[in-house]
Amino acid sequence: MHRRKFLGLLGSAGVGTIAASTAQAAGGKQFEGYPDSFSVLFDSTECIGCRKCEQACNEVNNLDEPEKPFDDKTVLEKKRRTTSDAYTVVNKYEVPGKSEPVYRKIQCNHCMEPACASACFVGAFRKTEMGAVTYDPSVCVGCRYCMIACPFHIPAYEYDKVIEPRVMKCTMCYETRLIKGELPACVEACPKEALLFGKREQLLRLARRKLQTYPESYVQHIYGEEEMGGTNWLYISGTSFENLGMNTDLGNTPAPQYTSGALKLVPGVVALWPLLLGGIYAVSRRKDKIAEQERQESVEQAVAETKEQAKKELEEFKEKAERDKKKEVEKAAQKAREEAQAERKDEEGGSDE
Amino acid sequence: MSDQETGKGRSSLGPFHIITGLILLFGVFLTVYRFTQGLGPMTNLSHEYPWGLWIGFDLLCGVALAAGGFVTTAACYIFGLKKYHIAVRPAVLTAMLGYLLVVIALTYDVGRPWRLPYPFVVQSGTTSVLFEVALCVMIYLLTLIAEYSQVAFEWLRMSVARSMVMKVILFLTVLGVILSTMHQSSLGALYLIAPSKMHPLWYSAYIPVYFFVSSIVAGLSMVIVEMSLARRFMRRKMDEAHERGYEDVVLGFGKAAAFVLAGYVSLKVLGLAVENDWGYLVTGFGGLFLIELLGFFALPAYVFAVAARERRVGLVKWTALWAVLGIVLNRINVSLIAYNWNLSVGEHYFPGWMEFGLTIFIVTLGLVLYRYCVTRMPVLYEHPEYTDTH
Repeated sequence: MHRRKFLGLLGSAGVGTIAASTAQAAGGKQFEGYPDSFSVLFDSTECIGCRKCEQACNEVNNLDEPEKPFDDKTVLEKKRRTTSDAYTVVNKYEVPGKSEPVYRKIQCNHCMEPACASACFVGAFRKTEMGAVTYDPSVCVGCRYCMIACPFHIPAYEYDKVIEPRVMKCTMCYETRLIKGELPACVEACPKEALLFGKREQLLRLARRKLQTYPESYVQHIYGEEEMGGTNWLYISGTSFENLGMNTDLGNTPAPQYTSGALKLVPGVVALWPLLLGGIYAVSRRKDKIAEQERQESVEQAVAETKEQAKKELEEFKEKAERDKKKEVEKAAQKAREEAQAERKDEEGGSDE
Repeated sequence: MSDQETGKGRSSLGPFHIITGLILLFGVFLTVYRFTQGLGPMTNLSHEYPWGLWIGFDLLCGVALAAGGFVTTAACYIFGLKKYHIAVRPAVLTAMLGYLLVVIALTYDVGRPWRLPYPFVVQSGTTSVLFEVALCVMIYLLTLIAEYSQVAFEWLRMSVARSMVMKVILFLTVLGVILSTMHQSSLGALYLIAPSKMHPLWYSAYIPVYFFVSSIVAGLSMVIVEMSLARRFMRRKMDEAHERGYEDVVLGFGKAAAFVLAGYVSLKVLGLAVENDWGYLVTGFGGLFLIELLGFFALPAYVFAVAARERRVGLVKWTALWAVLGIVLNRINVSLIAYNWNLSVGEHYFPGWMEFGLTIFIVTLGLVLYRYCVTRMPVLYEHPEYTDTH
């Protein structure tokens, strides 16, 4: 193949891949979440940090009793995260410029396109049509890649269990309550209107209305509407979300998209490597073959040359020998002639005397 | 050490046997502890750090440093560089043991190791990068076992089986390159899913490429290190061809490593430029990043080049060790330093002593298995009955 033609092909291959990715982006196949999925809207301006939600969660999921009782507010002095014994925790935040602390409830955000589900190599996580992200311990291997993947630091692991450790996280009470038509335990337990349950679309409308009606009370952002491609747990707040310890740099790309590009290259590797390596192999074989041929040819040539040389030398030697012989013979003949002449002279002289 | 080993043979108890014996015994204790007490008491793993030393070192470094297998077989069988033939068997052996140990280490790390085949037989999560890694590592380990089996068959004098393996060796080599390309790069791609948790200097859309290219460096350097160690401690098992070809391998691989390292450094700089991460270079993490990139990749590239050009075998060997340390530093930086970099002080992870203990046990197990194979099987020498082309 000509080099230019090859480069041209490479170039068109590149264009092809670019075209493919834009075509997909323009194809309108983006997952918008299940249309009728349920959501919870958390309003930090309503939360009083009573930890009733924590207690309800603990009871409905049969989790271990905590060291300090749920009405003990000193627990709030330390920043906590979800653990295998607590699927939800409430943290207290002192906000500059505000006399009252602000509270935030932490639990699984039930991403519309969950990182954990995408990362799990046995498919133990499932995004249900109701919106909850559930976990199936009967297939879990315990690799904990879901915990690496989760952008919200939610899944926890039963490190102390030897035989059957599980990944633990909020399931929106999917099996215990949701499918029976009941509210998630935390929502039901909330004495204020900090937690509201409903269809995601409805709650988004409600949240927007709140932001519009009381613009001075709320930051104009619904956390979870777009973050990581959107979550089923939504947040509105009277102070910036950074002040509530929430990551506002997550971007709006759903987690699975971060790895899909790399995974898409796999068929390319499988298809192209054998071609490329086969080509290299063929070239190196051919090079060896040609080198071998050339070596043989040069050996043959050398042998032929040597033979020729030897022949020539032999002939020369023969010739020389013949010449020498001839010379010798001639010399002898000459000598004989001279001797004969001398003899004749002697004889003639003798006869003269 | 080689002198005293040549003397007696297997029955004598040298310092090697005593030290490794003690470590293996300790490993038995750790094993019992792991499977009776669980990960909690044994490790410093937490909900924030689900992956610790065993993933950062045993898995990430283990797989990278076992890349010598596919690099050497490709050089010899595909690129037709016959002078590296003597390096093929030691490289395949160490690669096979490397992957075997990775799998063994994983059985300690995952919660329910007996379910490791589940992704293939019960339910597959094909959107997971880890699924690809697991599948490739599994098939590649089988490929390496097949590649190595010719050595074992020679040892067992099973000529028919051996010649059958010989017939498919090219296929196995190509398969090995494909699988290695995929899982070496995918080990980096594992971290793609967590951009918010990774430091921007180490998080890059190109991280799969970085991991793959640096694995070639790791493979080349490890073959040099292994061959040097074998020559130092296993010389009595080496035949004429190995003795003669040793310098060619060291110098040739050193030269190749210089090129690949230079390519890697260029890639990293391009990555910095494309993702515009220059600003981070003046931070503390930037300092660490520069130490890694300049001190453990750019500088070894230069020294490799000089040493190979001036045919300084000793310098190539030490540079190879240096490059290996660079790979280890990079993998640890990605998995334990750059990951969760933004957590507050006190939440960070440092491995517990039993985690170090198990890692030492796994490495020792590898050494013992290597020694077992090399002293019995025709790895560093040609079997007198099978001296035909292979």
